[in-house]
Amino acid sequence: MMSLIKTKTAAFYNIKNNVENYLFIVPAVAIFTIFYIFPFIDIFNLSLHEWNGISLTRKFVGLQNFKELFQDEVWWKSFGNACYITLIALTFQNALAFALALACDREIRMKQFYRIVFFLPPVLSEVVVGLIWRWILNPGMQNGEYYGLLNYVLHHLGLDQLINNWLSDPKTALTCIAVVHSWKGFGWGFIMLLAGLQTIDRQLYEAAKVDGANSWNTFRHVTVPMMIPVILVVVILTVLGSMQVFVLIISMVGQGLVDYTEVPVTRILAAMMGTNRFGYACAMGVNFGLVLILISLTMKKVSDRMKQA
Amino acid sequence: MNVNKYQVKGFLKVFFIHLFLVVITLSCLFPLFWMLRSAVMTNQTIFVDKSFIPSEIHLENFMKAWVEGNFGMYFLNSVVYTVSVVVGIVIISSMAAYAFSRLQFPGKNFFFYMFVAAMMIPLPGSFVPLYVLMNKLGLVNTRFGYILCMINVGLSMSILLLKTFFDKMPVDLEDAARIDGCGKFGIWWHVALPLARPAIAVIVIFNSLNVWNEYILAQLLLNEPELMPLQRGLMVFQGSHLVDYPLLMAGLTIAALPIVLVYLLMQKHIIKGLTSGAVVG
Repeated sequence: MMSLIKTKTAAFYNIKNNVENYLFIVPAVAIFTIFYIFPFIDIFNLSLHEWNGISLTRKFVGLQNFKELFQDEVWWKSFGNACYITLIALTFQNALAFALALACDREIRMKQFYRIVFFLPPVLSEVVVGLIWRWILNPGMQNGEYYGLLNYVLHHLGLDQLINNWLSDPKTALTCIAVVHSWKGFGWGFIMLLAGLQTIDRQLYEAAKVDGANSWNTFRHVTVPMMIPVILVVVILTVLGSMQVFVLIISMVGQGLVDYTEVPVTRILAAMMGTNRFGYACAMGVNFGLVLILISLTMKKVSDRMKQA
Repeated sequence: MNVNKYQVKGFLKVFFIHLFLVVITLSCLFPLFWMLRSAVMTNQTIFVDKSFIPSEIHLENFMKAWVEGNFGMYFLNSVVYTVSVVVGIVIISSMAAYAFSRLQFPGKNFFFYMFVAAMMIPLPGSFVPLYVLMNKLGLVNTRFGYILCMINVGLSMSILLLKTFFDKMPVDLEDAARIDGCGKFGIWWHVALPLARPAIAVIVIFNSLNVWNEYILAQLLLNEPELMPLQRGLMVFQGSHLVDYPLLMAGLTIAALPIVLVYLLMQKHIIKGLTSGAVVG
């Protein structure tokens, strides 16, 4: 009898204990379920429907949205544009970041100052960065003088043939966006790579020097192999970040006006806000999300193999 | 002679390294300077005068932007959103992280990895179903709805960061508090939270930057000017028919200045938080 009471109180105490412990995670789990998990499931559901976002009935269309999506030329073009931005970020931005990190990974004056300045663009918002550059690249003119600083400078250097409608010329618009994106992002790569460089044991450099390696050989056979894990992190995050850039684009050229500056996320926005096709927008989201997951899994695999080698 | 050659070579090397660094430094600072310079001009001079320091400096533009450009209202909205979201994230994520680190309950690992997984899976179009949901809940065009969404955005990363911190924290003090008769919530509030101050500082800084700079949810969820934060307000101003460039630049300055100040004061924490995350992950 006594033992039965004991187990009962123990069980009661246990339940009370658990309930109390659950209370700690209830707010987080509740918010997460409502604002993350529910939309996560709903995006798949909506992608199978044709729906304008307002009417009470949604028409189930199966995979029709996806079928249409695969034939949507603007969609695939927007993919290409995102890849182009990513390519510039991977090469230009990361090369610059690495070069700067190498330059700062030595005893030079004002190292701290450079570090602070280079990380300034990454902390600014995309809207602020986009609107400042939009003003600098402004093509307008009045009484023979250009508004935008870039065209003004080109004009006064006598380089009139280079003057351009930077952000409305299909040939230059996307490159301008990619360069501004790299301008905003290189400081971040710089900080990561510099942190990586500083973890390399200085004795390795000494040893290489003793063995008669010149600076190129040291870089090639000491620095690069030691840096591979950090470089891989930077590459993966650069790709995922650059593929999804869009606020910068909206702030530099506006929304959904021309196809040569469209990227997948601006297409999703256009389908949702412009043509009120919520199902189609969700199909785009699912498609793009799967591609991104595929890219990160592939890169994860490649990086694991490189780490083993 | 030999020594001389090496000295010259070394000097040239350092010179070119500095030249490179200085050029990039100027490219980082110049657009901000240009924004500041354009903010103090008039609608007449801004299009013709391209001197670095304009002949007349109109500081009253900032006042004009604050009042006429509505940037004062947007600014206060941004402050309200940033403070509420950050306070919410710190309380909610520290409670959850404390439970994940210290307490035992069924399904603990499942819930924890749910948050971790959310950080790994990119979901670029999730704002579409989120908007649909907010519409259904009647939370579109409400401060509360936007704040809840933004708390959710910062939650996973904060929980992960705090749990890692709590895991490394010694339990002695908490045991002492327990012996003194302190309950679980008391221990979390009086002992764990104060001890986790360094990690909380990182969470506060990163989430503040994130909320202050957020744009897309503000565009989808907030359509009334009285509710808009700065980033949204800037885009509305830019989209108006005839852009008043000096006021736009003053507005940009108002939006960028707090971020730059916080960054300059906190840059050590920011860089440490960023790199520790990268090296660990």
